Amino acid sequence: MTFVPKPRVHHPLLDVNEIGLKRRDYEAAVSTLCAGCGHDSVSAAIIQACSELSLPPHRFAKLSGIGCSSKTPSYFLGNSHGFNSVHGRMPSVATGANLANRDLIYVGVSGDGDSASIGLGQFVHVIRRQLNMVYIVDNNGTYGLTKGQFSATNDRGSVSKKGVPNLYAPIDLVSMALQLGASFVARSFSGDKQQLVPLLKAAFLHKGFAFLDIISPCVMFNNHTGSTKSYDYVRDHLEEVVRSNYIAPRDEIEIHYEPGTSKKVQLHDGSQLNLTKLSESYDPSDRIGAMSYVQQALADGVVVTGLLYVEEDINECHDILQTIRQPLNQLTEDALCPGADKLKKINNMFR
Amino acid sequence: MTVFNEFTIRFANVNGSGSASANTMFAKALFRMGIPVSIRNIFPSNIQGLPTWFEVRATEREFFGRREHVDIMVAMNAETYEQDVASLASGGYLLYDSTRSIPSELQRDDLELIGVPIMRLIHPEFTDPKQRQLFKNIVYVGVLSALLNMEFDVLTNMVSAQYRGKDKLIQPNIKALNLGRQFAETYLSCPIDIQVRRTDAVGDRILIDGNQATALGCIYGGATICAWYPITPSTSVAESFERHASRLRIEPETELKKYVVIQAEDELAALGTVIGAGWNGARAFTATSGPGISLMNEFLGLAYFAEIPAVIFDVQRAGPSTGMPTRTQQSDLLSVAFASHGDTKHPMLFPSTPTECFDFAALAFDLAEEIQSPVVVMSDLELGMNELTTDELKWNDARTYRRGKVLNAEQLEGIEKFGRYLDKDGDGIGYRTLPGTHRDKGAFFTRGSSRDEFAVYTEDPGAYTRNMDRLLKKWETLRSLIPEPVFQNNDSNYGIMYYGTTATPMNEVLSILKDEGFEFDTLRIRSFPTGNEVLEFINCHDLVFLVEQNRDAQMKMLLVNDLNIPVEKIYSILYYGGMSISVDFIADRILRILNELKVEVHS
Repeated sequence: MTFVPKPRVHHPLLDVNEIGLKRRDYEAAVSTLCAGCGHDSVSAAIIQACSELSLPPHRFAKLSGIGCSSKTPSYFLGNSHGFNSVHGRMPSVATGANLANRDLIYVGVSGDGDSASIGLGQFVHVIRRQLNMVYIVDNNGTYGLTKGQFSATNDRGSVSKKGVPNLYAPIDLVSMALQLGASFVARSFSGDKQQLVPLLKAAFLHKGFAFLDIISPCVMFNNHTGSTKSYDYVRDHLEEVVRSNYIAPRDEIEIHYEPGTSKKVQLHDGSQLNLTKLSESYDPSDRIGAMSYVQQALADGVVVTGLLYVEEDINECHDILQTIRQPLNQLTEDALCPGADKLKKINNMFR
Repeated sequence: MTVFNEFTIRFANVNGSGSASANTMFAKALFRMGIPVSIRNIFPSNIQGLPTWFEVRATEREFFGRREHVDIMVAMNAETYEQDVASLASGGYLLYDSTRSIPSELQRDDLELIGVPIMRLIHPEFTDPKQRQLFKNIVYVGVLSALLNMEFDVLTNMVSAQYRGKDKLIQPNIKALNLGRQFAETYLSCPIDIQVRRTDAVGDRILIDGNQATALGCIYGGATICAWYPITPSTSVAESFERHASRLRIEPETELKKYVVIQAEDELAALGTVIGAGWNGARAFTATSGPGISLMNEFLGLAYFAEIPAVIFDVQRAGPSTGMPTRTQQSDLLSVAFASHGDTKHPMLFPSTPTECFDFAALAFDLAEEIQSPVVVMSDLELGMNELTTDELKWNDARTYRRGKVLNAEQLEGIEKFGRYLDKDGDGIGYRTLPGTHRDKGAFFTRGSSRDEFAVYTEDPGAYTRNMDRLLKKWETLRSLIPEPVFQNNDSNYGIMYYGTTATPMNEVLSILKDEGFEFDTLRIRSFPTGNEVLEFINCHDLVFLVEQNRDAQMKMLLVNDLNIPVEKIYSILYYGGMSISVDFIADRILRILNELKVEVHS
């Protein structure tokens, strides 16, 4: 962990965003993770994305399971409620929270142990439900808090710090999310802020289940030669296939187009996502094509990153369930209790 | 001598043959003639083919409990003839299909045999094999209507009402009823010595099962989120909630729903969803049974320690493990009371009737939010799945939901420093805030790990101990919020304590014991923890029977642990065979113990 406290005093000229908040208003407690941990870069990217989008911090609800990754909601958005639940069960808690109040922004932070092993069932089913949330997996291929056991996302043959090779095939959460119908699927790398921040912005504004698998190396237990989740290995094998640029509705569309074909995606709040395909053969609106591309890349040992799939205008969980517009947690007796007269009629059904 | 409105009839059928609806129609017809009834559907864990029994007790004396022997047996399942004949009381009536010759198992000298050639009656009238099967059941209801002197138009009206809109089903059903009735009137001596006659003994009561009443209690109690995983015998709680909510909880302008039902991937996710909703300020519940409780342990511990309201309905069945999924027991008390690792305890409510299922369901949501902790309503298969004559459901429109200590934005403005786990009122219950309430005040981190008064993670022994002690203080506060026991005073030196469905046979047990010269005071426990009334009851009686439907005297263990009761005074009466505990069993065991102790008969 870092022992350097954050300065209490801010530079008076520090930028404020459109709702008058400074970046500091999106920060939280000092991280207790190891110095250099990829997870802290993810937290920093979340802070930057939320601040730049001018989203009110108190309208977020942060949820997590158990593990290093699941500690991180303490380290961003200090003015929002957080819920550090139990190992692998964040998706069900997020489901209940979201059903109770559809008006908040739900961000779940999980890890590869939390989502790909103990919580795999819950991970699968929250996607099936199309819960409107951002689901981040800080993926380091290892169990950090218990000191370096392999997780289920670790590649076969990848070597532990003690030199022992992993014997089992990896679970690829991106492939699963694509197959299960997630409407927003991305992979990124904690060391690539330029890619990560726009992806997070797009995810926060996406209506539906937005999944981000973020390779986030563990500096203590999985950053050595022979590991396929180390900073060096990921940098060497990374291939960005789709670059995303978030365009707010109020911004003039004056964006520098990257070479290659590009595609605009209209987000539900009127903003736009500009996707630049860096690979000619890749179409981020084609789920089956994306699945096949990702499978081929896995076979070739390439870590494809970027916004791999996005589909707007889908029916999220509340649409599917046909719940009322007003959050259920705001309903009072008047709306909920049918009353004594009605009960008399109900009694008659049982006579 | 003719007996009116007092008998038990058992139908022995094959599961999946459509018998349950015919048998229910028979029971409901008695109820509509004003006779109080209790129903027991004794069914296998199977969809088709295995034996099933359906028992109806008609009782103007209000003796709703199960008896070991029945007065009338409708023996429609050849596979169980022997057992069915054995279950008849001496002098009882055996109704059987005489299309084939009488099987030797049916021979018993002390029975009245009533042979009706049901298949032969049906054969020329119906050609469809499925109809032949279904109407067999309706024919014996027709026969019974004549034998017992039932009002026939009550039955025909029920058929008409049941198939309204599917009119072409009405005539064949009435034809089948008539086939049976006319055969009986022509060839049998009708009515027999057991008869029914119209009365107003039912009054304004209703005939409903506990699970449906529970579901209605959830609707009236303001539940908006039901998350569940199918498991017998609790399934109909969630399904009834959805059915009733789809009429009672629709926003008229939009036709959108003011409720949600989530069929989760397992019981863990079901309770997780409830906890997420409770954390976010909605009233949420799950319904399950013992195996589900085992899976929910982890989340129960979280909700206890993180202090989140949650309502759980445990419709108990016979354990351990898969046990007997379609048989009843009160055997989850210990596993619920202390569910999850570490020092935990959870309050339980024990309804005895469907009416109490309704009341306790609504109450559970108030309690859970007041104490910010899970509340478990302990029903069982006997109560949940069987219809019973019970007081009509009542609601006072002046009643408001008690939402507990939740701070709104305005209240937060007035607070210098918010501390989620501060004990401001000295009752062990802190003030909570809901996500999204205030721009920069009241946010905190909910966690299953140790924290201080301001919700900051800590491993400090002092802070941890203060927190655990505050949770104990909350437990004491709870004692004044839960339903007190029901005391019945007969100025006796001897007491009987019971809870849940063990109450059903108790009035008849007391009547039998009185005939033997013994009177008892009774105490019906309705919650765990209890108030001090239980200790006082035990202290002021020479001996106390505690009747339970489990092997290990689980309520006794809880009371010893919670109240330090004098165990030497307690005599456990324990039945755990999976049927509902019978009148005969309780009376017999109590008399046997009184005899062993050489307790003298009153006056």
